[in-house]
Amino acid sequence: MNASRRVFLRSAGLGFFALGLPPAYLVRAAQAQSAKSKSLVVVFQRGAMDGLNVVIPFKDPAYYKLRPSIAVREPGAGEESAIDLDGFYGLHPALAPLKSIYDKNQLAFIHAAGSPDNTRSHFDAQDYMEIGTPGIRSTPDGWLNRYLLETRQSESNFRGVAVTAQLPRMLAGRAPALTLTSIDEFRFRNEALGDTLKKLYADTQDKELRFGAANLFGAMAELKRLDAKIPVSSERYPAGRFGAGLAQIARLIKADVGLEVAFTEIGGWDTHANQGGATGQLANRLRELAAGLAAFHRDLGDRMDDVTLLTLSEFGRTARENGNRGTDHGHANVIFAMGGGVRGGKVYGRWPGLSAEALYEGRDLALTTDFRTVCSEALVRRLGQKDVARVFPGFRPAGHLGIFT
Amino acid sequence: MSAPLSQEQKIVHFLNRTSFGPTPGNVQRAARIGIRAYLDEQLEPGRIADQLAEEKVAGLKTMRFDSRELIELYPPPRVQRQLATSQAEMAMQSMEGPRVVILELQQAKLLRALYSNRQLYEVMVDFWSNHFNIYAAKGANRWLTTSYDRDTIRPRALGKFKDLLEATAKSPAMLFYLDNWLSAGPDSPGAQMAGPNNRRRGLNENYARELMELHTLGIDGGYTQKDVQEVARCFTGWTIVQPRGQGVFHFAQRIHDNGEKNVLGRRIPRGGGMDDGLRVIEILAEHPSTAQFIAAKLVRRFVADEPPPGMVNKAAEAFLRSGGDIPTVLRAIVDTPEFFARENFQAKIKNPLEFVTSALRVTGSEAQVTHQLLRYLGRMGAPLFLAQAPTGYPDIASSWISADMLLTRMNFASDLVANRLPETNVAAETLKDRDGLIRRIAPDSLSPATQAALAQADGNQAIALLLAAPEFQRR
Repeated sequence: MNASRRVFLRSAGLGFFALGLPPAYLVRAAQAQSAKSKSLVVVFQRGAMDGLNVVIPFKDPAYYKLRPSIAVREPGAGEESAIDLDGFYGLHPALAPLKSIYDKNQLAFIHAAGSPDNTRSHFDAQDYMEIGTPGIRSTPDGWLNRYLLETRQSESNFRGVAVTAQLPRMLAGRAPALTLTSIDEFRFRNEALGDTLKKLYADTQDKELRFGAANLFGAMAELKRLDAKIPVSSERYPAGRFGAGLAQIARLIKADVGLEVAFTEIGGWDTHANQGGATGQLANRLRELAAGLAAFHRDLGDRMDDVTLLTLSEFGRTARENGNRGTDHGHANVIFAMGGGVRGGKVYGRWPGLSAEALYEGRDLALTTDFRTVCSEALVRRLGQKDVARVFPGFRPAGHLGIFT
Repeated sequence: MSAPLSQEQKIVHFLNRTSFGPTPGNVQRAARIGIRAYLDEQLEPGRIADQLAEEKVAGLKTMRFDSRELIELYPPPRVQRQLATSQAEMAMQSMEGPRVVILELQQAKLLRALYSNRQLYEVMVDFWSNHFNIYAAKGANRWLTTSYDRDTIRPRALGKFKDLLEATAKSPAMLFYLDNWLSAGPDSPGAQMAGPNNRRRGLNENYARELMELHTLGIDGGYTQKDVQEVARCFTGWTIVQPRGQGVFHFAQRIHDNGEKNVLGRRIPRGGGMDDGLRVIEILAEHPSTAQFIAAKLVRRFVADEPPPGMVNKAAEAFLRSGGDIPTVLRAIVDTPEFFARENFQAKIKNPLEFVTSALRVTGSEAQVTHQLLRYLGRMGAPLFLAQAPTGYPDIASSWISADMLLTRMNFASDLVANRLPETNVAAETLKDRDGLIRRIAPDSLSPATQAALAQADGNQAIALLLAAPEFQRR
């Protein structure tokens, strides 16, 4: 029996053995698994990134007035100035490694985007963005999980993977999703015990734990089988968990394990004080972000054609700098979209402006693009999702941005 | 399944919730003197002798120093890696001096959880540290957290909520973590002159927001963005004398906003100075939303992920009636028939700290708290004192049973029993007495699946299996 059939038989359960033959659609699914799947990678920037200092509206006259000590200088104004994108927006200089990807039209930005809910609580806003229903806290599952339930490219144990220790809410729900912080350490040190536990957790009446373990044992068996086929990348990722996580996602994609959605995160964006301008606290976070994304892009090479990466952060920050050369909790932000299927080299989204009347509640960048519009387009265009209403209940995109091919 | 708990099950349930796990010793003692007497004792930790734990902690020299001494004795290495603050572990690796300070703090916490006789007290220290979370790897907090733990949280963990709230508000660690030390009234005299480049300083609303959302009222507690700004104004001037020098609290009148404020509909007249902040603490500590919020969080910790509303109301009532007296609230939760209801038995998934400590305690292990042991907590998702976000670590099952975390727990169980954890040994008697171990984990309540698996295992393998089994992931 070939490997992919083994996988499908295990996950499909024993029922079909009795019938002798599996139904045709499952055979197709099992065969499809060895083919290249399309993947969506979500990078969550926890803490609320200051989008106004990331993709900088240097031609908006209010920008420099609102930010006397933290603004990034306009392009051409010397070494530490913004990198021109289109004559209106400039890229923070710490994101220089991403410019060539933008120029290759594989990176786009969507500005004044985010969640329409007006909460300025990190925790509520992160939740809303992860469950995909701003303003409704009772939604039980994450939108990436609902994608897994609705659209199925294969029966792989690796369809949904977070490279974080905790399963993020975005991936939590009824569809199995895996957490995997280290491919190399994802094994039992006592194999005999592992075999016993596999059976025990399959038989236990403890539903929560049985669910958590099912995926663990399935994925572990699959990894063991693939061991030699998961190449370690020689690409240099930035040190730390973010870089290591992206490197792992790239390994899984290259190994064709059937990864459809992946999640990773990067923290440290809550810059209430001394956030810096072209250099400093925020710049350091951006440097790590850019180094990671650029390494990921190089590492995957042509495989980027099958991969779409989105960044999300719970909200933006105040348009005006605060009394400590930092910024407080705000509203709209900027989203990155990277991949071979992105119509890049462009900043999307209507710019609402930073004049006093244009600011949301008198203090924040107003929102012109709902993050769900961007995510929906990615799911439909890149992952073949048909009905986005199942992934984002109650949401109807106001328009079509055409970010993806 | 709705049969009442047996006496043996009650004791294990009680110890699972009010300590870092049953040991041969505390099971016996609770059986001998009775649960209520045991609880009385635990609520007065000052009367419980605690030599063993104190001796173990005494070996950690940083625990005795104040913040200024720590900064002098454990300065940062001259070259700091730029990326270090992003990730706890990296921050630790790249900073030799303060790394030792945080390491010893983690060691002390784990040693006390393992060996202290004042178990309920240590549970509450952990609860409040998490409730008033700070991130020990953020800047000056690398030296300020030792004092935060020792001088702010520990002396008040079983006292009055308001005292704890006020102490955290004044603590240099919290002032630094949530940036309040920098917050200044924009029109105050100090704001005009202060700050590099002659720039005016102004308001920072970080602390004010978390104070209401996370420390007191809760997100639905009935405050607005305007209240956040007003509370921030009240706390202007609550600052630190040299975060990386003396590292002590100071009220700086010259950066305080002296105007009138209005907080949650209450007028705070102009000219109040430091009293503005104290008044806010009073308003928040006495607010019914706070009682409800703290009660729900305690019931979630001690009873179930979905706190039964009846229990929450009773606890909130006790909170209001007693002026936020923590032991009174705990008694209203633990000393009730509902607490011992069958549906609450084994209802909570252990968090990483609870899992590791309960495994070492139930097996009577003699453990040194090594790097490796602490690293296990990190891999399970909860390194001590290093939760980056002000929410602290979550307290619901789904946060702790991802595939990766379960695997790490299973590997921990097997490493522990095989004595592969450095300088840690499982008691020989435990390895020989499987039935005794079962009585401390799940008396008369092992599932058929676990019993079947146990029947296939022998010797040490059976012990490891018990610690890796579903029953032991719960408390």
